[in-house]
Formats: sequence, C-alpha cells, structure tokens
Amino acid sequence: MSEFTFLFRGTPPTSPEEMQKVMEKWVAWFKELGAKGYIKDPGHPLERTGKVVKGQQKIVNDGPYAESKDIVGGYTLIEARDLDHAVEISKGCPILDVGGSVEVRPIRILDM
Amino acid sequence: MVAVLTRIFGVHNLSLAEDVVQDAFCRALEVWSIRGMPENPSAWLIATAKNRALDVLRRQRTARTFAPELGRLLETEWTLAPIVQELFEPEAIKDDQLRMMFSCCHPRLPEEAQVALVLHILCGFSTSEIAAAFVSSRAAIEKRISRAKKVLAGSKTLFDLSGSAALPARLSAVHRALYLLFSEGYHGASPESAVRTDLCHEAMRLAALLLQNPITATPATYALSALMCLDAARLPGRLDSAGNLSSLFDQDRSLWDRQLLAEGQKLLELSATGSELTAYHLEAAIAFAHTSAPSAEATDWAAIVSLYDRLMAIGRSPIVALNRAIAVAQYQGPERGLEEIRAIPGSQRLALYPFYHAALGVFELRSSRPAIAAEHFRAALALARNPMERHFLENRLRACEGTDT
Repeated sequence: MSEFTFLFRGTPPTSPEEMQKVMEKWVAWFKELGAKGYIKDPGHPLERTGKVVKGQQKIVNDGPYAESKDIVGGYTLIEARDLDHAVEISKGCPILDVGGSVEVRPIRILDM
Repeated sequence: MVAVLTRIFGVHNLSLAEDVVQDAFCRALEVWSIRGMPENPSAWLIATAKNRALDVLRRQRTARTFAPELGRLLETEWTLAPIVQELFEPEAIKDDQLRMMFSCCHPRLPEEAQVALVLHILCGFSTSEIAAAFVSSRAAIEKRISRAKKVLAGSKTLFDLSGSAALPARLSAVHRALYLLFSEGYHGASPESAVRTDLCHEAMRLAALLLQNPITATPATYALSALMCLDAARLPGRLDSAGNLSSLFDQDRSLWDRQLLAEGQKLLELSATGSELTAYHLEAAIAFAHTSAPSAEATDWAAIVSLYDRLMAIGRSPIVALNRAIAVAQYQGPERGLEEIRAIPGSQRLALYPFYHAALGVFELRSSRPAIAAEHFRAALALARNPMERHFLENRLRACEGTDT
C-alpha cells in the first residue's frame, strides 16, 4: 500500500440548499472510503483565502488570488495499492459533479 | 440529550456527555435570565448542546477517542458538522434513547442499579430524587450509579438493536426495569407520597418508545404497556379527596381515566399475537378484568382467580400468591381466602409487607372476628411505609374497634 494526497479544487456552492446537498454527498463518500479502509488521514476542508508568505524577504500578502476554480479547497491522505488505484478511488469525489477537480499526488519518499 | 451525546462521544465518555448537557442548562439559565425564555426552550437547549458538542469534538479530537462506531467521521471538518447535525434529528434522538435504555439494562448490573441508571440518564432524575423515590440515602444511590456507569463505560458503544443475538434477553431486562419503575411509582415505599405518578409516567413514556420501534414492539412490550395504561387509568381513584389511599373496593370508578382505559384495552388486543404468554399478558388481563367491571362486587372474580393460577404457573412469588388469595376470598369467601394465605410458602418474606397483614385483617373482619382482625391491622400499621398507608390502616383498625363495642 502507498500513500497519496488528494487535493480538491473547485468553486464552492452558493446557496444553503446546494451546500446541504453537497455536504450530504461528501459525508456519504467519506463513509464509503472509511469503510473500505482507504483513509490514512481525512484531512480538512480549507478556507478559500488566507495569507501567502514569499521569498527571502518573507513578504506577506493576502491570497491566494487564483481563479476560484483553481483554489485548493481541502486535502485528504489516502492509502491505495498504486497510482491507478488511487485515481480510481478519486473518481467517486462529489467535487467532480460540480466542475471541480481532484489532484492525485503520491507521497514522495525521500531516501537520504 | 445525554443519550445522543453518549452516542457521539462513546459510552466510555459518558461523564463528558453529562457535563455538556449540564453546561447547556447553565448557559440557558444565564441567557434566559437576561433575555427571557425563548419561544421553544427545548429546541434552544438542543441547539446549545449541539454547539457545545462540536466545540468539545474540535478541541479534543486529537486527545480522546470518541464513538468508535462513527469511525473517523468526527475527526475531520469534512464530515463533523453534518454528522452531528444528523444525530440531533428527532428520529435519531429517539433511536439513541432506545439504545441507551438497552445499555442501562446491562446483564452485569443488578436490577435496582439498572432502574436507577434509567432514571438518572434517561429521565434526568437527580440522585437525591432517586434516593427519595427508593427510600435510600443519596450517598448510596450515588455509589450505585457511579458503579453502574463504570460497567457501562466498558462497552464503548451504545447497545446495537439491529441484529444483536443478545436482543431478546436484553429486551426482557428492559421490560423488567420499566415494570419495576412503574411499580415503584404505583406501590412505592416513598415516604412523602404513596403514589409517585411521575415515576409511572416516565415508565410509560419509555415503554411508548419501545412500541415505536418495530424491533422492540413485541407482544410482551404491548402487554407491558397495556398493563401500565390500565393501572395508570386507576391512579386518579387511588387517592380520595383528602389524599388518602383508597382500596379498589371503595374507589370511585367514575374518576378512572376513560382514555387510558381505552388505550390499555387496545394495547392488550395488540399484544395477543405470537405464541408467547408472558406474565405481563396475564397481569394486564387481570387489570382489564378489574377495570371493565362496573363495581368490585360485579367483578368476574372466577376469571381473575384463574388468571392468577396461570400467573403462578409462570412465576411463583409470594406477592402474586397473596393477590391470588385476595381474589379467592372475593370469589369463595373470606375463610377460603385465609386458607389460601396460610398455604403460601415462604410467607415469612411476606411478613414484612404491610398489606399481607392488612389482607389477613380484612378476611378476619369479614369473618366477624374483629379482635383478631385488629391484631393484624396493628401488625400492618407497625410496618406502614408512609403516612398514607398509616392513615389507611388506622381507619381499618378503627372499623374493627367499632364493631367490637
């Protein structure tokens, strides 16, 4: 088994009713992943904005100011057999139904 | 609320659940005293408890393990709030109360501990209220409850009703606990009042919860509920206008609660399915024979005696035998009643029960032996457990002395 990070990107729902529906889907998806033993760390959703600290000068800016659909909205750590399996798992993510994306990235093992 | 929070936090965190509820009540007192009562106080309390629960879960999610059956759903903001919201839905609350009831009736706990726990956790009775209801000291009840909680904490999750092999045995323990709770209210030894109607009502509320779930709505549950309804219907007649106990023979039957009688009859009919005939069925049938009679004299005593015979065949107890003897006396005269009482094995256990002596007194009096009757009433009086019983027996004693002179 290997570890992967799912980075979720997409536009958040606007109305409370939509929000309710989306949350239900996420709960159902997490229940399923948990039952199958794929979750290493469920992670958390993230606020859309914060601060960005940059460079040697450690310049602090508000941000990120990416396009709404490109902002990382949350993360989860997954255990899967290999990258293909992890991709297969990601296909159940509700964010895909509303035009979002899941970035599947294997955890890099640093050999020193 | 404690039941829901225990589901969320896990049974091993029962005291945390109680703290959160306590906290919600404290907040309520604070806020309500300033802003006045909200329109829907119970909704307000539930919302407050829910928010406090979310706080606790967020703050302690790395330090504690919560409900194992909810897995990791409480660990992450992806699912935390929606799951907690789901568990606070009215249907889920009922479900958790039911599961808590079954958890409280743990086979490793003695019956009186089960009843105390049900009262404390599900009915919100304080330890001093429970102590008053069971004529026990507060310290003893506290000890009993805290020991019982330790046993509960060993089980981690609330009892699972679906697909548990232990369900039938546990259900009958739940029936027993509710039966004891009801009887304590009805015949209780409480010093202030002979009838603690709130105990009866709590038992009926919890029994109604059992009836709402198809898994627990068994014929025995219907029979137990029928018994409670038929007995409770007679509560308004048990005390006369001066607050004194009134025996079944003297009660004003027009005071009986018609609605409860109808409800009890309906439940009794619903209980008549399946092959199992429980003691609750028989006791409910006896109660129905009493309540459907226009007067004590016009009661079908022969039927009642035969129901008692069948009850004795299921489970012999000195109290059942005593009640049977009273029915026999009604049916075949006081001399036969006396014979029956003398034939009860283990009557030394009954000797501490005031109504054993009272029954002997009544039979002797009816057999025109007032002097002997008076002796029995005096013995009963010495054992009376509250002022009402005492008053009731003093009146009987005076009646003997009246015929004497």
